[in-house]
Amino acid sequence: MSAALPPPPAEPWARRWGRELFGTPWRALASLVLLLLIVWAAAHALDWGVLRAVFQPDAEACRMPGRGACWGVIAEKWRPLLFGRYPYEAQWRPAVAVVLLSAVTLLSAWPRSWRWWLAPLWLVALGAFVVLMFGGVAGLAAVPTNRWGGLPLTIGLAVIGLALAFPLALLLALGRRSRWPAARALCATYIELVRGVPLISVLFMVSFLLPLLWPAGWQPDVLVRVLAGLSLFVAAYMAEIVRGGLQAVPRGQVDAAMALGFGRWPVQRDIVLPQALRLVVPALTNTVVGTLKDTSLVTVVGLFELTGALGLALGGDPTWRPFYLEGYLFIAAVYWVMCFGLSRYSTWLERRLAAA
Amino acid sequence: MSMSGAPERRSAALGLALQALLVAAVLGGLFWVVQHALEVLRGRGVRSGFDFLAQSAGFEISEGWLDYDSGQPFWRAFLAGFINTVRAALPAALLAVVLGTLLGIGRLAPHALVRGLCAVYVQTVRNVPLLVQMLMLYFALTQLLPDSAEAIRLAPGVFLSKGGLSLPWPLREAGAFWPHGFEWPEQGGFNIVGGAALSPEYLAVVGALALYTAAFVAEIVRAGIASVAPGQKLAAQALGLEPGAQLRLVVLPQALRLIVPALTNQLLSLTKNSSLAVAVGYPELVSVANTSLNSTGRAFECIAIVMAVYLLLSLAISAGMNLYNARVALRGWR
Repeated sequence: MSAALPPPPAEPWARRWGRELFGTPWRALASLVLLLLIVWAAAHALDWGVLRAVFQPDAEACRMPGRGACWGVIAEKWRPLLFGRYPYEAQWRPAVAVVLLSAVTLLSAWPRSWRWWLAPLWLVALGAFVVLMFGGVAGLAAVPTNRWGGLPLTIGLAVIGLALAFPLALLLALGRRSRWPAARALCATYIELVRGVPLISVLFMVSFLLPLLWPAGWQPDVLVRVLAGLSLFVAAYMAEIVRGGLQAVPRGQVDAAMALGFGRWPVQRDIVLPQALRLVVPALTNTVVGTLKDTSLVTVVGLFELTGALGLALGGDPTWRPFYLEGYLFIAAVYWVMCFGLSRYSTWLERRLAAA
Repeated sequence: MSMSGAPERRSAALGLALQALLVAAVLGGLFWVVQHALEVLRGRGVRSGFDFLAQSAGFEISEGWLDYDSGQPFWRAFLAGFINTVRAALPAALLAVVLGTLLGIGRLAPHALVRGLCAVYVQTVRNVPLLVQMLMLYFALTQLLPDSAEAIRLAPGVFLSKGGLSLPWPLREAGAFWPHGFEWPEQGGFNIVGGAALSPEYLAVVGALALYTAAFVAEIVRAGIASVAPGQKLAAQALGLEPGAQLRLVVLPQALRLIVPALTNQLLSLTKNSSLAVAVGYPELVSVANTSLNSTGRAFECIAIVMAVYLLLSLAISAGMNLYNARVALRGWR
């Protein structure tokens, strides 16, 4: 047997890119056209967004002819953009609440921390979030929910909505695979009905219909109703993902556990679910991204989360109203950072789980 | 199979009893909620029922295919709204599939810059809420474009301004199918005269739906094509097929099996997402229902109509795509 040859020397990156871009005449032509296009677009973006832009909160300067982007609108309005109508001097509370939830989210993103203590930790974090936002205890002034807004509301709606949806999704997924035809039919009907209607109609239902059903004076808060609608909606989509995970656990696992003397519920709890949930974490992360984006819809029923807060901050102020575009770009960037981060995480996790 | 008699039968009977209990609890709960709701509504003197559909609606609908004015009954208004939903969702779906397919193929292109540009588009658009994109597009169309007195001339007879997009429109005589000419829009003193006009609301809805969904379609097409084993393409090459024929005859038929079911889901969500048009004031079904709800106070009826229509629409799209899927699916598989 001859010794293996050493691998060919790595091609220097400049040569590789040269071949990739200009290897053949057609390739060179395409590259040239595309590069020109990219440079043209980048130059315009740079000119508008940086060189001719106004960064000071000075509406006069922004209105001068020949000026580009008015980032001053962000400098002026970032507090109402991020916190809505939350009382100005108490805005450190939502800020701390958001940092807290983000920290716990980051911690739970790490597979090594998937332990029993994660659930109580989430309960504590959610409790702290609610206490910080509501106030009324420990010397914190009470802030009614109609003053909540901006990023804390977006993140709070998404996180609490998902947390409430998850147990329901688990039940629905198990129910759809139940031995009982009646349970299967009920769960399937619920899932298909909810997946067939738009979220807006569910939000309209909870904000217009539910108030009619309650005796006056004993009305649940609009935020509570929207949260209920959101989680009932998300649960149907989540249930289908969990069901996919349950189906992917080989039948032999169940048989083996039964042979070892496990009962029907312990098999699900100790054997099937832990494997199924691990499998579906990447897909569930995509649901998280979807829910985070879907929270923007609650602005239609009058809650001022990030999207609604923009209208609140700029719509009522004639000085800054012309600079909506910059405002939209700002909140789009905030959403993008959160959603892109989550989707990168999902891909990373998928690779890691596939390798394991 | 069962050898033990009595305990087995007893547990089966118990299961049946529990199932009956479950169904009774769910149905009973639903019945109680509806009963209670009707009682509360009656107590408040709120009238209920679908009889209002025959009454005159009393509000205008700014655009659409259906001949409608405010004197007509509510059911005509709902019909006009539904037709407007289709009027927005259908072109958006076509644009999304075409653009998404191009982007998906572009993400696997043999040229690094093409791959990069397509990836940047997909990753940017996918991670920003559709509502934000729709509002942004609407703001750009209604505030940043010039007034219709000095509209941008995109092509002969095509004008874009704050007032929307004006296009040449075929002229037809009554009863004739083929047009005998076109009516060309022209720049007037204050606005664009003649031709067909598409409102900025319509453009924002169709544009945002198409651009957003295209990013998801692109990912589906990319995954579908990438799932075809590389040997298939090599074998097609070895058989001497042209690159176009390789894609058309060998790669795509296999990729479609993966693409079609996922694409169905995207078309379903596009249709449901068209309800976001209410935020920019395009008068589609949800917007009409919202206006009717505010003027009549019949929340339950209006929301029930919206949900029922979307459910039927979803079922229809699923059924149509399942038929198509049956044609591309592997024989012997479901």
